[in-house]
Amino acid sequence: MQQFSLLLTSLPDGILLGFVYGLAAMGLTLIWGVMNVINLSHGPIIALGMFGTFFLFMRAGVNPYVGLIPIAVVGVLLGVLIYVIAVHRVINAPHLSSLLATFSVNMIIIGLGTAALTTSPYNVDFSAGSFKIGPVTLLGTRLIAALVTMLFTGGLYLFLYRTRPGKFIRAVANNRAAAELMGVPSTRILALSFGLGTMLAMVSGALIATFFPFSILAGGSYELKSFVIGVLGGLGNPIGALFGGLILGVIEGIIPAFLETSWVPVIEFALFVLILLVRPSGLFGAKK
Amino acid sequence: MKLWHKYIGLILPVLAVAALVAWPFVTGKPANRESAFTILKAVALASSLNILLGYTGYVSFGHIVFYGFGGYIGIYLLTAQEWSLWNAMLAGGLTSGILAFLLGKAILRLRGAYFALATIGVNEAMKAFINNFDLFGGPTGITLNFSVYKAYGGAAQALQTSFYIGAGLALLAVLLSHIVRTSKFGLGLLAIRENEDAAEVMGVVAPNAKTWAYVLSAIIPGMIGVLFFFKNGNVEPHDAFPLHASIELLVMVMLGGQGTVLGPILGAFAYQGMRGYLVTSAFFKNIQLSVSGALLLAIVLFIPAGAIGWLRHRVPMIRRALA
Repeated sequence: MQQFSLLLTSLPDGILLGFVYGLAAMGLTLIWGVMNVINLSHGPIIALGMFGTFFLFMRAGVNPYVGLIPIAVVGVLLGVLIYVIAVHRVINAPHLSSLLATFSVNMIIIGLGTAALTTSPYNVDFSAGSFKIGPVTLLGTRLIAALVTMLFTGGLYLFLYRTRPGKFIRAVANNRAAAELMGVPSTRILALSFGLGTMLAMVSGALIATFFPFSILAGGSYELKSFVIGVLGGLGNPIGALFGGLILGVIEGIIPAFLETSWVPVIEFALFVLILLVRPSGLFGAKK
Repeated sequence: MKLWHKYIGLILPVLAVAALVAWPFVTGKPANRESAFTILKAVALASSLNILLGYTGYVSFGHIVFYGFGGYIGIYLLTAQEWSLWNAMLAGGLTSGILAFLLGKAILRLRGAYFALATIGVNEAMKAFINNFDLFGGPTGITLNFSVYKAYGGAAQALQTSFYIGAGLALLAVLLSHIVRTSKFGLGLLAIRENEDAAEVMGVVAPNAKTWAYVLSAIIPGMIGVLFFFKNGNVEPHDAFPLHASIELLVMVMLGGQGTVLGPILGAFAYQGMRGYLVTSAFFKNIQLSVSGALLLAIVLFIPAGAIGWLRHRVPMIRRALA
């Protein structure tokens, strides 16, 4: 009975958190799907999103949810910048090159971030109340974050399927050479995709900052979670990432009721390797 | 091929390791011995990784898992079972090899980035598991009792002995790297790197060859792990499975030139030397990670073959000596 009541508190929490994990993973998997690059600078970018919220809210007094707009804009620009400087030259090189190129971006961000912000934890002191539904209490920040995630997912879906640049992105993801022959400006589309991926990572970081304390190194664990989710939902499938995130959220919600919390990563990573082995295209199948 | 042709590529690597061992004695400073040990450890680990990364073309992002796993097994045997350092090291290397064999059978089927991701997953799963594994001390790890060092002539003497063993392991790794490189087995690995399907058509049994390459690249890291944590006095999950150390190894191999015997050695020297300089320099101290990152980026973008690869390409005369 005690387990049941524990489950009632931890499961809804986990599910709401899963939405935001999904948003972060969406950024990773979008970049993978379009250009076959695993973005190892994903973690620090998430951390930058967290600091975006911190500085906008704590220092400038902007509401964290209004602050998402400038953070998203900066995210797109930052992503385009990273693409032009670090990724474009190695886009056709073996995987090791693009992995190391994005990892060097990771080192640069962490290095500068550590020098400027130290690695001590920061906290965003923001509360959006809580809602009680029967025996379940939901935190306002997490509920709004889940809504924002759904908004972004819907927006991404509409963008990819209903607008011209979105169709270009899907064309480039499908077959870059053929898309180029059809007159798609592939370099600009790749840069835009990287920008969108970075934006999603930063927005997810900005939302996570309203739940937990963080430091410049905090992105690392979310980057690893994004890998797990990306593989769960199928690398290259942004919508699958949302479901992957929810699965991870459910796992994180259920396990604490039965095992110690420290077992969560063991199960997550074992699941990750297992899925890579038996179904590398993910539970929901990638596009190709 | 004349006999000396086969061994000429070994001259520079062995000289480099020998110079490193002689360095603390020539300068007579004990602090240099610690720096030399760090570089020797990097040489051994990078040369081992090169067998998988450079020759076979599989990017292992979590290679440090063998170092940590072997280290844990060895330290456990040293403390709980009171084995000697030698036996513990052999056991650490052997269990790392077995782990690589079992893992290899499973994850070497994956190619490219999927393999890289799986190795990250394995490393993180292992770290998280050891964190919960009470036999190995959970999150606090295992601490060696100081009296352990008595059997090796006291702590100071044990450090000295560790240095020699480290030098021996580095030399072993370099020799192994050279033997693989010049053998028919190594030729099969190189063929897998260039085109796995074509290699299979030509008669290379790719799954077996890859698995053995993985095993060979795991044994010495396992032994180095035992030695390092013996010298260190304790082992914790956080120190045993640092993901960034895996990536540092990739950087070393990449810096010197993947797929060559000398490359990882040169890379280990260059990377550790640079890091030592950046960490201590007053100007770069705070942003040393960023400077390393920018340098890495420049190398990846402009000299992807690494220093040795670049030299081999530019000066064909010395190719044989830079094997």
